[in-house]
Amino acid sequence: MQEKDHKVSNSHNYSIYILVWLALMILTTVTVAIAGMDIGRFTVATALVIASVKAFLVLSIFMHLRNEGKTFIIFVIVALFFLGISFILLFSDYSLQAGL
Amino acid sequence: MSTQEHTAAAHVHRDDVGSRMGMWLFLFTELLLFGGLFLLYSVYRFTYADQFHIAAKELNTIVGAFNTAVLLTSSLTMALSIVAIQRNQKLLSIVLQMITILLALFFMVNKYFEWTAKFHHGIYPGSEELLSRQPGEILFFGLYYVMTGLHGLHVLVGMVLIAVMARMTRQGTITHNNYVRLENTGLYWHLVDIIWIFLFPLFYLIT
Repeated sequence: MQEKDHKVSNSHNYSIYILVWLALMILTTVTVAIAGMDIGRFTVATALVIASVKAFLVLSIFMHLRNEGKTFIIFVIVALFFLGISFILLFSDYSLQAGL
Repeated sequence: MSTQEHTAAAHVHRDDVGSRMGMWLFLFTELLLFGGLFLLYSVYRFTYADQFHIAAKELNTIVGAFNTAVLLTSSLTMALSIVAIQRNQKLLSIVLQMITILLALFFMVNKYFEWTAKFHHGIYPGSEELLSRQPGEILFFGLYYVMTGLHGLHVLVGMVLIAVMARMTRQGTITHNNYVRLENTGLYWHLVDIIWIFLFPLFYLIT
């Protein structure tokens, strides 16, 4: 517990949050700029990759996951894993049916 | 037993880690709520790719990007308000919370104008104009209203929560060594932000 408090106190400065905010704003600009170009089928993929990077930044820094215990990280990974499974199973079924 | 009672009387029982964990568990239910809608979206986009592209052209990318910036900034002020309370800068924390609420309000006002402009063009669920179009376009706008509407509802709830937190900070219920409520409200607010991070490219950037 003592160690935990110590770890949390490392986050008591403003600068890291402002840096992350800047990164998020830049990524937003990048994603809008890329959407303007025509790169065919990669448009969706790049948009989703950039969105995932932004979500990762928010989760780890703004939501303090990087300072939380392992249990929290495992919780989040399990939750995302099951959401991922729903997408993968759905599309493994759906893309095949559509191809028929 | 008596020693336990003694210590219990000495400090009020608190479990901040447990409290945050409970909040995260709630956030996972939110993830599945929106996750289901994202599943629905992805199937229909897969089926009606071209019609989704035509429909998405009617959304204003600039307004969407602007709202994204507003919401990201509100997440920053929320995170900073927690740092402020950790450093025992009570007034600064309250000011940052108020700025967060104002930015959220700004987001909702933009959303209001965006929606009313669409209504004005006759595009709303069940309208004659919309029903005369292709099925993919009807589905796109159906999902657009449900998903941004549910997200907007979360923004409204977040605004009320942050207002309650600002009041608690002012009254001294939230202090530099007891701020888990503010942290949990922050977690909720950042989740609302993450959902928008995905909504924005999926609805506004498919041209």
